[in-house]
Amino acid sequence: MKIYLDHNATTPVAPEVADIVTRHLREEFGNASSVHSFGQTAKAAVDEARAAVADLIDAGPQEIVFTGGGTESDNLAIRGVAEAIRTSGRRQLIASAIEHEAVLHTFKALAKLGWTTTELRVDHTGIVTPEALEACITDETALVSVMHANNEVGTVQPVATLAEIAHRHGAVFHTDAVQSVGKIPVSVRDLGVDLLSLSGHKFNAPKGVGALWVRRGLRVVATLTGGKQERSRRAGTENVPGLAGLGCAARLAVERQRAESSRVGELRARLEAGILDSVTHTTLNGECRQRVPNTVNISFKGVEAETLLIALDLEGIAVSTGSACSSGSIEPSHVLRAMGLSPHRAQSSIRFSLGLGNTAAEIDHVLEVLPPVVDKLRGLSRAGANAGLRRAPAAQVAPR
Amino acid sequence: MRIVVAMSGGVDSSVAAALLRDEGHDVVGLSMQLYDQGEQADGRPAFGSCCTIDDLHDARRVATVLEIPHYIVNFERQFNEHVVAPFVEDYVSARTPIPCVRCNSQLKFSHLLERAQGFDAAAVATGHYARVEKTQDGRYALKRGRDTEKDQSYFLFMLSQTQLASASFPLGELSKHEVRRYATERKLPVADKPDSHEICFVPDNDYAAFVERRAPDAMRPGPITDNDGHVLGQHDGVHRFTVGQRKGLGISGPIPLYVVGMDARSHTVTVGPRAALYRTTLSASDVNWIAGYPPSGPCAVQAQIRHRHEASPARLSPHGPDAATVVFDEPQPAISPGQAVVFYDGDEVVGGGWIDGNRDS
Repeated sequence: MKIYLDHNATTPVAPEVADIVTRHLREEFGNASSVHSFGQTAKAAVDEARAAVADLIDAGPQEIVFTGGGTESDNLAIRGVAEAIRTSGRRQLIASAIEHEAVLHTFKALAKLGWTTTELRVDHTGIVTPEALEACITDETALVSVMHANNEVGTVQPVATLAEIAHRHGAVFHTDAVQSVGKIPVSVRDLGVDLLSLSGHKFNAPKGVGALWVRRGLRVVATLTGGKQERSRRAGTENVPGLAGLGCAARLAVERQRAESSRVGELRARLEAGILDSVTHTTLNGECRQRVPNTVNISFKGVEAETLLIALDLEGIAVSTGSACSSGSIEPSHVLRAMGLSPHRAQSSIRFSLGLGNTAAEIDHVLEVLPPVVDKLRGLSRAGANAGLRRAPAAQVAPR
Repeated sequence: MRIVVAMSGGVDSSVAAALLRDEGHDVVGLSMQLYDQGEQADGRPAFGSCCTIDDLHDARRVATVLEIPHYIVNFERQFNEHVVAPFVEDYVSARTPIPCVRCNSQLKFSHLLERAQGFDAAAVATGHYARVEKTQDGRYALKRGRDTEKDQSYFLFMLSQTQLASASFPLGELSKHEVRRYATERKLPVADKPDSHEICFVPDNDYAAFVERRAPDAMRPGPITDNDGHVLGQHDGVHRFTVGQRKGLGISGPIPLYVVGMDARSHTVTVGPRAALYRTTLSASDVNWIAGYPPSGPCAVQAQIRHRHEASPARLSPHGPDAATVVFDEPQPAISPGQAVVFYDGDEVVGGGWIDGNRDS
């Protein structure tokens, strides 16, 4: 039995979505920009997807810019706004310290181009407080970017309040909602933001499709130039099969999100309580009430998370720790570090993220397998020995 | 039996994994990420060519062909602490290090082995050309690889009995030729990949530049003198020299001159004619005895002072638990402090240590 508990990394494509994508791959191959009937069919599929995605986030279809995924959406939002207001005299960009690299590294690139970038600190629960934003925003701030839900600990940020503060100072507000769309209700009107990024493969659509919602009237300069697709905001022939899949996944999310979130939330609660009860020296990371329902991040004191991840994978259980770097090895999580966790604790933390298809039987199986694995690792590791958690006598592997 | 194979992405460790897999073992591949793959400010690589992203991908591709699980583990911190920092420190201290020894004893058969035990692996296997055999008294003997050209037992002398008990060297009985052939037959994507010969983490084999980046203090000029103390020239730092080195001295004389010694305190490099390189006696510290204890008294061994040195007859005298003196039957050229001396009894490694000094006896 293989158990997948890494839905914040990516999700399985829903069968209904796979059917639509396959149909478009096999039967409908037109270019949505073509005048003839083949093109019209493709265009209709893209329009349908646009309406569905708009519906999912309480937006208008004409405000949706389809992209190649969350990273591209973040880039378009930040670079596009920066370029559009470059001459306005506003020179500061603000993002939280726990953003995805798609935001943080884009900020780094813009800093090299002369922008002033400011990192918003988070509190120890992984929440950006309004006070933190108040403390660094000025009337020179061009853009504030704070994610809706965090990928590693699942915390949901007070985006509406933060957006209001940004607007009071005349700044544009972007939120990376890649980890919240499909997991909790997301309304761009309620959030009061100007730009919102989403990614298809985080809610059962295929990889390589996403969208940026741009509030009507906000100017965003295209980062990809070429044809006039997406109202000239994103050039390039539309990925029609992928977008049809994205639309389908959006419709499914609208229909099922509430019920599915409560189902997944219960499983997550069962997993979380089970681990915290049965494994000693474990700590929950992140604010536990303001959180997407599918995510739980736990520190296992004295355990190297990297080893735990591998040990669990060899048992058929897929979890995650931090974010993988280019080679696939693990780097200490910048999110946990920003929350003030010690490097040791950050490196002993595991993220479980649940989703479509997970069952109570799977969770029970994990709760059976995990505790003895943790015990064994604590028995072996130096970290465990240092933390006084070693049970068995030390295995003599130390060099002379 | 579950065995972890340390996979570098090269042909040797790939074949080691393939052999164990084909013997029916439950093989798990682990590759170590040893340093940040980033670049220096000028865009050149800060670290060398081995264990790069490409190598890690090669290891992954091999694992895919072999249908074994494969993971990349981050040992940047440990590698820096146990291998890179001592390497730099050695050069700054006018010693010539061999980092591979510490990488084996303090990473592969220590941290990596510990990880492996975390998921029930009975052993860590590597692509070394060496053999480990259980003796009748229940101890483990470390022996040269059958392919004496490729033998790598010299780099493994620091392994303890506990480490040897968990070590597996599937290539120990094979020749390099056989390994390449196996890789080809098994259609491993690295079958034709060239061997690496240099210190893996030093780009372009430029030790001096690497040491200077890591320890800018190393660049302390000093005199180049002959054995009588006459100053013949100046140098930019003792880390740029190795005993036996001839090139790059920047001084000309009627006869070729070689580095015969360095002194880190006075920043002096001493040069002399080729004959001055020969010494009969060396002292070694931090000696590891493969058996776990030193020989009861002086004994005859063959001692090897470099990877590419032919082990030569010598008299070995242990001092206390971890020091020794070696007196060669014939004087040996360029006995370099910082390198390892490994004692053999025929094929078998008796022990080894780090060369502290040399002299004529």
